[in-house]
Amino acid sequence: MNGYMGQILRVDLACGKITKEPLNMTAAKDFVGARGLGTKYFCDEADPKVEPLGPDNKLIFMTGPLTGTAASCGGRYEVVAKAPLTGTIGAANSGGHFGPELKYAGYDGIIFEGASDHPVYLYINDDTVELRDARDLWGRTVFETTDELNKRCGASFRVSCIGPAGENLCLYAGVMNDKHRAAGRGGLGAVMGSKKLKAVVVKGTKSIRVARPEGFMDAITNARKMLKAHPVTGEGLGAYGTEILVNIINESGALPLRNGRDGSVFADADNISGETLAEKYLVRNKGCFGCCIGCGRVVDIPDGPFKSRGEGPEYEAGWSFGADCGIDDLEAVCKANFICNEYGFDPITLGATIACAMELFEAGHLTEADTGGIAIRFGDAATMVKLAELTGKNEGFGAQLALGSYRLAEKYGHPELSMSVKKQEMPAYDGRAMQGIGLEYATSNRGGCHVRGYMTSPEVLGLPTKMDPLVTEGKAGMLKIFQDLTALIDSVGICLFTSFAIGLPEVAAQYREAVGSDESDADILLKGERVWNLEKKFNLAAGVEKDTLPPRLLREQLPEGPAQGKVNELHTMLEEYYRVRGWDTDGVPTAEKDRELGL
Amino acid sequence: MGKQLLIKPEKCLGCRTCELVCSFGHNGAFNPRFANVSVMSYEEAAISIPVMCMQCEDPCCLEVCPVGAISRDDKDAVVINADKCIGCKMCMNACPLGNIGFNTERRQVHKCDLCGGEPKCAEFCPTGAITYEDPEEGIDRRRAVADHFKDVFGEEAKA
Repeated sequence: MNGYMGQILRVDLACGKITKEPLNMTAAKDFVGARGLGTKYFCDEADPKVEPLGPDNKLIFMTGPLTGTAASCGGRYEVVAKAPLTGTIGAANSGGHFGPELKYAGYDGIIFEGASDHPVYLYINDDTVELRDARDLWGRTVFETTDELNKRCGASFRVSCIGPAGENLCLYAGVMNDKHRAAGRGGLGAVMGSKKLKAVVVKGTKSIRVARPEGFMDAITNARKMLKAHPVTGEGLGAYGTEILVNIINESGALPLRNGRDGSVFADADNISGETLAEKYLVRNKGCFGCCIGCGRVVDIPDGPFKSRGEGPEYEAGWSFGADCGIDDLEAVCKANFICNEYGFDPITLGATIACAMELFEAGHLTEADTGGIAIRFGDAATMVKLAELTGKNEGFGAQLALGSYRLAEKYGHPELSMSVKKQEMPAYDGRAMQGIGLEYATSNRGGCHVRGYMTSPEVLGLPTKMDPLVTEGKAGMLKIFQDLTALIDSVGICLFTSFAIGLPEVAAQYREAVGSDESDADILLKGERVWNLEKKFNLAAGVEKDTLPPRLLREQLPEGPAQGKVNELHTMLEEYYRVRGWDTDGVPTAEKDRELGL
Repeated sequence: MGKQLLIKPEKCLGCRTCELVCSFGHNGAFNPRFANVSVMSYEEAAISIPVMCMQCEDPCCLEVCPVGAISRDDKDAVVINADKCIGCKMCMNACPLGNIGFNTERRQVHKCDLCGGEPKCAEFCPTGAITYEDPEEGIDRRRAVADHFKDVFGEEAKA
């Protein structure tokens, strides 16, 4: 059982039955934990055609074998369900302290089935597990809910919950834990809302053991030393947060401006940068459980119309509410991000959906008659914040924004203006200026996403090796390695940001010593590839649309900057990508690949 | 004086790595509740504070122990001899700072023993919020205050 607690909870919300069952150790060996193991349980038990917001969708919380240990940044857990925004497999992970606490209570994960007929929360105090009435919590924000549950159950309980966005079935609602941490993308909070599950509270006093204690300490010491010594994880992210990327990406000509309509160079980028945030509003930085990076931002806007205090923004939110909306008012950007944490939804999709509405409005496809009298124009910070609030409350035009940009743009006759892949919004890197990241968006198993194989590392940061962002050669092979490694990192239960400084040898070493494995690095990376292929096969069975990019990225040339004149040359990369994946020309895993991976 | 644990809350990330390596070093398993250090985080004030035994000059735990299981070792740490301890928990009650815990798995009281002179919490703290050093050489807060005066009044003198 080393690394694992050996037990999961199964909660039938329809009848209130709670059972404890042994962890499937065969699956744990093949799919590791967290993202991989959660997905394996999900695919074994759920129909790929299941209605995401219906009672038959399952909702799984799963930790990894390194979660709750002193592994490098080992505080993660994964939430898995079929995602309502995309119809793909939905898997989103989060840090904070909730995941480790679930393990200390004695459980590797929780499987929620069915739906309750009234709001409930799950109370876990070691062996005591109960469904409790949450009718009086329904309608309350993430912060209010967390504070109230801490008051009711005890300050040392950790809370994972949904806010009003999840209750209102906003298609990009997140599952929020420790107030400010989010399993954010794909709308898993709406799945939780559809089940009338308001929260999970947990406290535990059990110990996590590892197979080879001395070897484990050596492995984590080595990984932590490398993180400390690396300029990105040892210095940059702690000082400036992920917002440090704003100026870097802008200088690469890859910061999408005004829904990507006006290219990818923002003259006012520095006004929304991590440097400006640190100089003007940062109270202090903060780490998740077991973190040695400290990218979290505690931020205070002392006065003015956006006076507020909270955490973030991350680079992606800084872009989505900033450059993507043509806004350089950092106070408004912070305020919009705090609203996302409070109501519990994804700032990437929200910001990008508002940006899409701005373009629709300026092009005349959307009028004040549709928006309830609101003129939605690029650069209007006050309106952007107002729309964020309306969406959180599901009021007025906010109810339409709650559907995400694809459904909004489709409704008004211009789906091509949604900057999304598989209906999920692409984040803050332009696929025209970074060819590899375009391929990453197109092939991501959960729709437009940057954390399924972070091609920004080689294409901009030069990690582990520098690749020219404007060329297509070699991108398919590099992306496959990044995707498989990311799947592995997400499955062991450590933070993806560690991969700036450590690689497969360090991740594999920590895993081996924790679980007592003698597998080679290559064998362990194969588990990541297995996870990737399982996700892909689920999506194919679910009938998800083919791998492509919005027409803008494929046809509209960038007007200026280092990537002037470029579009994304997806077709040349995709064919090679399917080949290196061992899939056929339609992107379907071959029987031979299935055999190799034991799928 | 010799080395002692020093805390600088302004540097603490609230990551609780100290709790992890402490519990692992003493029990061979990860369990923050059996650690000799706890990090207290305050959201409104945006501060996290590691709290552990500071090895009192006049330790109540040592005084109150009815079987003489608590003593001071050569590293100046106040330590519990598990072989002598009868588990009466008087030391837990006596400590005015709450720095003695009870391990429910091993059925034993526990407190910081400075890891025999190489405390793991200080070794693994990612930001230097916990250090193990001679306070007279280490954080010279008086010098920090003087430096501040120099900055402020030095500029004025130049002007």
